[in-house]
Amino acid sequence: MHSTDSERLNTKARAIKEALSRIGEPISEAQAKNIAAQEDCECKDGMFALAATRRQIFAGSGLVAAVGMTVMLPRAAGAKAPAGAVEYPVEDDSTKEQGRMMGVDGGYGSRSQFESEVRWTNPTKSAGFSPLQNSYGTLTPSGLHYERHHGGIPNIDPARHSLVIHGMVDRPIKYSLADLKRFPTLSRTYFLECSGTTGSEIMKAREPTVQRTHGLVSTSEWTGVPLSTLLKQTGLKPGAAWVLAEGADAAVMTRSVPIDKCMSDALIVFAQNGEAMRPEQGYPMRLFLPGWEGNISIKWLRRLEISDKPYYTREETSKYTDLITTTGKSRIFTFTMDAKSVITFPSGEMKLPGAGFYEITGLAWSGRGKIARVEVSTDGGKSWNLASLQDPVLAISQTRFRFPWIWDGTSAVIQSRATDETGYSQPTHQQLIAERGPLETGSLFYHMNAVQSWSIAADGNVKNAHPLG
Amino acid sequence: MRIRSVDRKYAVLLASALAILVAPDIARAQGYPSKFDFGTPASSQDIAAVVAIAIGPDGRNLPPGKGDYAAGKIIYANACSACHGANLQGVAGLRDMPAGASLRLIGGRGTLTTKNPVMTVESYWPYATTLFDYVRRAMPFNAPGSLSADEIYAVSAYILAEGNIIDKTIVLDAQTLPRVQMPNRDGFIPDPRPELFK
Repeated sequence: MHSTDSERLNTKARAIKEALSRIGEPISEAQAKNIAAQEDCECKDGMFALAATRRQIFAGSGLVAAVGMTVMLPRAAGAKAPAGAVEYPVEDDSTKEQGRMMGVDGGYGSRSQFESEVRWTNPTKSAGFSPLQNSYGTLTPSGLHYERHHGGIPNIDPARHSLVIHGMVDRPIKYSLADLKRFPTLSRTYFLECSGTTGSEIMKAREPTVQRTHGLVSTSEWTGVPLSTLLKQTGLKPGAAWVLAEGADAAVMTRSVPIDKCMSDALIVFAQNGEAMRPEQGYPMRLFLPGWEGNISIKWLRRLEISDKPYYTREETSKYTDLITTTGKSRIFTFTMDAKSVITFPSGEMKLPGAGFYEITGLAWSGRGKIARVEVSTDGGKSWNLASLQDPVLAISQTRFRFPWIWDGTSAVIQSRATDETGYSQPTHQQLIAERGPLETGSLFYHMNAVQSWSIAADGNVKNAHPLG
Repeated sequence: MRIRSVDRKYAVLLASALAILVAPDIARAQGYPSKFDFGTPASSQDIAAVVAIAIGPDGRNLPPGKGDYAAGKIIYANACSACHGANLQGVAGLRDMPAGASLRLIGGRGTLTTKNPVMTVESYWPYATTLFDYVRRAMPFNAPGSLSADEIYAVSAYILAEGNIIDKTIVLDAQTLPRVQMPNRDGFIPDPRPELFK
């Protein structure tokens, strides 16, 4: 090191030490020199080192003054910022000073502090609903993906987690996360929907917003290993017909899955939207059964037991079965999520500012395959017109639809109706009730996929509306 | 000349076969193997560590132990009644817990054909083994997995007897529990999906 460099570093270290001392964060001379040295790199004024510790982040404004830097630093971490954001100072004129330097976020970005969309959590803290009313396109940000837990979110260290496949197999095998990642992988964009979504809406309009009526559905790109690849490695004994999947959460959530599904499109997923799957979604690994009700895609997957019969676990008998009140019989193993759609804009609790042009938009999806068409009505179902579908339309994924509309400023009811490539078309409330029997409470109606209505009053207020009034 | 589709299929197959035959070594080296040897063989300890808790309707995997109504009554009062109620009817208005009705354990027989079905262990659950399995994996809510096999047999006996499904004198164990006939045992039908709305 040249002596001039050495002097410059010493000067800088002194400035840093003084600045920190002034704001009540004294450090030793060695620490100051260390920070100065770390910062003295080719990328002049880089704040990597300065942002490296929480203490230094707190001290940021003093340092900026002391060493004459104008770089933008975060304030006290997360002080006033919405969830998922970091609060940074706002420049008076962002064209007249340098913006914040790379790296102060520690290398992982966050959304703008001016955005505040969050999941809505139900009072029992068991489900978090995705804010569909302000969703765009088809993918759900991982931090806004819906959640449904039966025993909280376990915090699992992958080093202590493994998936054991045993039972009616030739070779029981244990897989770590690292083992899984060595296999050939697949990435697929699939929706996931809780079978209880919209269930409480069957007999009357109860929830105010699309987030709370339909928010237990989301779409991600999932990456993992086909379960069939693993089962070919373990081998299957004659008579293998069901697979018990078990999670490592406090509910030790358990469901029985037919072997055919496991050998076709089932995945063991470890990544979501291009990075490691979120803990809420089952980190480090989950089962993913495309097009089937969400809870059977067991999260925090620790065990697959191959057997000849289903186990009739609590989550496939007392819950997630469909009682038909006209007969008293219940359907069991009702796996597929049928075609469904909902208008996300305009939707409940919004207010249209006045007559004129609006682009009605929403989401459509089917567990049976691709969406073939979406029809939109703006007159309460008297007439229907085709909406345009956003390309590409993917199987078992959400499809964005759009429909241009000139609102004349009088009261209106808007609806959407999806039809999938098998010809299945979204039913009405009346059709579903006729098939499965009426309820008074409407609290236990799984697989509720009826056409949703939003009423728009002359003053522009949008409300959840029900065809039964 | 018109080529029949069968002929075309053969042509494609033949072309693929030729391609494999003439493919250079490098292409074959880049192919996917049909099997892999990742992971480690699961030992009996690996399996025992996680397997023993799934109970089938036939009683498979039920552990040794036993319990009866009298013992279960005490366990219930200590471990269950705070949420499920002293009378097994649930507790209304529990903070951060589902409303009382869904925590009801007994009652509701004859309501499945009404507009207000009450679905409880007594009125709805098809297998008593599921009760044992679920209590063992997920209950009590504040300390899941903390009850011993004897305690779970006992509390199962208490709930089933209070629901008038078994006699209060019955001792539940790996032999007797699977033989309990639940009232709604035949209430379930495989999903026939008759309504394919068009």
